[in-house]
Amino acid sequence: MSDISFVNLSKSFGSVTVFQNLNLKIEAGEFIAFLGPSGCGKSTLLRMVAGLEGVDAGEIRIGDRRVDTLAPGARGVAMVFQHYALYPHMSIADNIAFGLRNIGMESAEIDERVAEAAEMLEITPLLARKPAQLSGGQRQRVAIARALVKKPEAFLFDEPLSNLDAALRLRTRIELAQLHKRTKATTIFVTHDQVEAMTLADRIVVMREMRIEQIGAPMEIYNAPANAFVASFVGSRPINMLPVSLAEGSGGIAMARLPDGSVLPTTVPLNSINAGPHQLGLRAEACMPDPEGALSGKVEIVEHLGDRTSLHLRLPDGSPLVVEADGQTHISSGDTVRFGVAPGRLHIFDAEGLAYNPVQVK
Amino acid sequence: MTAIHPDSTKAPRRAASRTLESPDIRNAVFVAPFLLAYVILLLYPLFYGIWISLQRYDLFDLSAEFAGLENYYRLLDDDIFLGAVRNTFIFVGMTVPVFVGLGLALALVLNRRTRGAAIMRAIFFGTSVLSVTIVTIIWKVVLMPSQGLVGALAEPLGVEPVAMLSHPDLALVAVAMATVWWVLGLPMILFLAALQQIPDDLYEAAALDNAGRWTTLTKITLPSIRRTFVVVTIYQVVAQFQLFGQSLLMTGGGPNNRSRSFVQFIYEQGFKNWDVGYAAAASEVLFLIIAVAALAQYAYSVRGQTR
Repeated sequence: MSDISFVNLSKSFGSVTVFQNLNLKIEAGEFIAFLGPSGCGKSTLLRMVAGLEGVDAGEIRIGDRRVDTLAPGARGVAMVFQHYALYPHMSIADNIAFGLRNIGMESAEIDERVAEAAEMLEITPLLARKPAQLSGGQRQRVAIARALVKKPEAFLFDEPLSNLDAALRLRTRIELAQLHKRTKATTIFVTHDQVEAMTLADRIVVMREMRIEQIGAPMEIYNAPANAFVASFVGSRPINMLPVSLAEGSGGIAMARLPDGSVLPTTVPLNSINAGPHQLGLRAEACMPDPEGALSGKVEIVEHLGDRTSLHLRLPDGSPLVVEADGQTHISSGDTVRFGVAPGRLHIFDAEGLAYNPVQVK
Repeated sequence: MTAIHPDSTKAPRRAASRTLESPDIRNAVFVAPFLLAYVILLLYPLFYGIWISLQRYDLFDLSAEFAGLENYYRLLDDDIFLGAVRNTFIFVGMTVPVFVGLGLALALVLNRRTRGAAIMRAIFFGTSVLSVTIVTIIWKVVLMPSQGLVGALAEPLGVEPVAMLSHPDLALVAVAMATVWWVLGLPMILFLAALQQIPDDLYEAAALDNAGRWTTLTKITLPSIRRTFVVVTIYQVVAQFQLFGQSLLMTGGGPNNRSRSFVQFIYEQGFKNWDVGYAAAASEVLFLIIAVAALAQYAYSVRGQTR
C-alpha cells in the first residue's frame, strides 16, 4: 500500500478553473473520504487520481511514482464506479478476471485470485451468472471484487453506496469498514453522505465549490468545524444557527445574547472573534430539555425516531430551532419546553461564516 | 399483505368483461383500425397472390384458369429465372458484408463529438435521400470508360479503362458499388445509435482494467452492439434481395442476363409479358426466401428476451 499526494494540482474545464494549487497528502493505508454536495469537485478529483480526467498542472504521486502522466491502467489503482460499470455481456468471473487477463497474468493465478475475492465477498455462487441476473447489492460486491483482485496500491470508490436501498447501504457500509480493516488498503471514498464519511473515514476532506473547506478526523470536523458550511454539512442534521450579539463575560469569554434577551455563556474567548454580526451555532444533540434551562420555545413538530426524539421549536423571537429529547419523551406539539445547552457545545460564526469553536475540554 | 388472495383481485374484472366498457372490448376497438388495414392491405393480397400463382392468368384479357403448380415447374426450367436468382444471391453476398463491415467501420470512426465527424456523418447519410434514378445517373457517369471518373483514374495509371456496365463479370459489381454508395448511411446510423448507447463508464472501467484499443473493441464495444449487428445484417439481407431499380436503370439486366435481378424478372413477367400467374409464382419464391431471413431475426429476438 502506498501514500497518495497531490502537489500544487490545478485543473480547469475550458475557462472554468476547478482546482488551483491543491495540496493534499493521503497516508498509506488511510481511508479518506471526499465529502461535499454534488458539483463540489470531489468526483473530479477522484477521477484525476484514476486517470479518467487530465491534470493541467502539478503532480499526483502514488508512493514514490509520479502517476498523472501514466495511463489509467498503469497507475496501480482500482476503482468502484457509482453505477458499478460491470461488463454486461461477460460472466461475473470474467468481469473480475478481465483486468488480470489484460496484463497477461497466468490463468492459474487468475483463478486463484478470483476465487479468493469471490469468497471474501460471498459471491462464489454467482460467478457463472451475468450482471443482469444480479441484484444491486450483488453487483456492488462484484464491482468491489473486481477492484480487489488487482491488489492495487489504492482503492477509489465513487459514491459506491448511493444506488443501494437504505438497509443494504447500512450493511455494505459496515462490510466496507471490515474490508478496509482486513486489507489495510489506501482508500479514497467519494460521497455526498456525511454519515458514510463520518462512519468510514479516518480523515474527511470536506469540499465545496471546488475548494477544500476542511481536512480532519471525523470528530475533529464535527467538534471544531472550520466554518458555517462545514458545521451545517457535517452532522446528522444541520447545526442550528441563531443571530446573537456578544458581550464579555468573566475571564474574557464571550457571552451570547439572543434576540429574546436570554444570555448564554460560551467557552470562546471574546478577543479572538472578529467584529460584526455573529451567529451562534448549536447542535440539536447539544440541546436537551431541562426545566432549569436558559431557553424556552414552543414545540411545533415532534419527530419520534425511537432512540431519540427531535423537537422542532419556535423561539419567542420567531427563530426555528431543533433540539433533541430522549426517545420515550411525552412532550407533544403545542407544549412549551425549557432547554439548556452546555457552554462547551456552543460555536460562534462571524459574518464571513468563519467558526470560533469551543475550547475543547479534554 | 398476506390477507389478499390472488383470486379476489381478479373477480371484479371478470364480472365486467361482457359489458361495452370492459377492457377486452375497449382494447379491441383500439386495435381494429390497424387490424383492418393489415387484413385488407397485407393478408388478403398475400393469399390472393398465392391463388394467382396457381393460375394461368393473363393480365391482357384478364383470362384465368386453374393450373396447379404448373407455374412453379416452369420456374425450375427457366434459365432466365435461375440466372436472376443466382445474380440476386451473388448481389446479396457482395453487398451485405460491405454494408455491415463498412457501416460499422464508419460508425466507429465517426462516433465522436467533433464538427468534422458531424459533417462526415451528414455526407455519408446524405446519399440515402437521393432517388434511385439520380444515383444510377451519377454512377453511369462515374463508370463511363471514356469521360467518367473511372476513365480519368485509369488514364494516368496507364491502364485501359474497363466498361464495367457492359462487362459480363463486372456489371453486377458495378450495381453493387452504386448500391453501397447509395444506402451505406443507414447501417452506419444504426451502428452509431448503438455505439452511443454504450455507457462511458464501461470504457472507463476497461481503461482501468488495462484493456488496450483492440481488447476494448473486441471485448467491450462489439459485444455491446451484437444485437444491432444481427438486426442490420438481417435487414440488409431482406432489403438487398429486393434489388430492382439500380440494375434495371444501369444495365437493364444485361449483359446476357448477368445482372438481371429477381424482382426485375417478376416485373418483366407480370407487366411486360402479362403473365401474372407466372410472376406471382416467382414472387412467392422470393417471399419465402425473405420470410426465412425475417424468421431468423424473430428467432434471434425471442432468444434474446428469454436470456
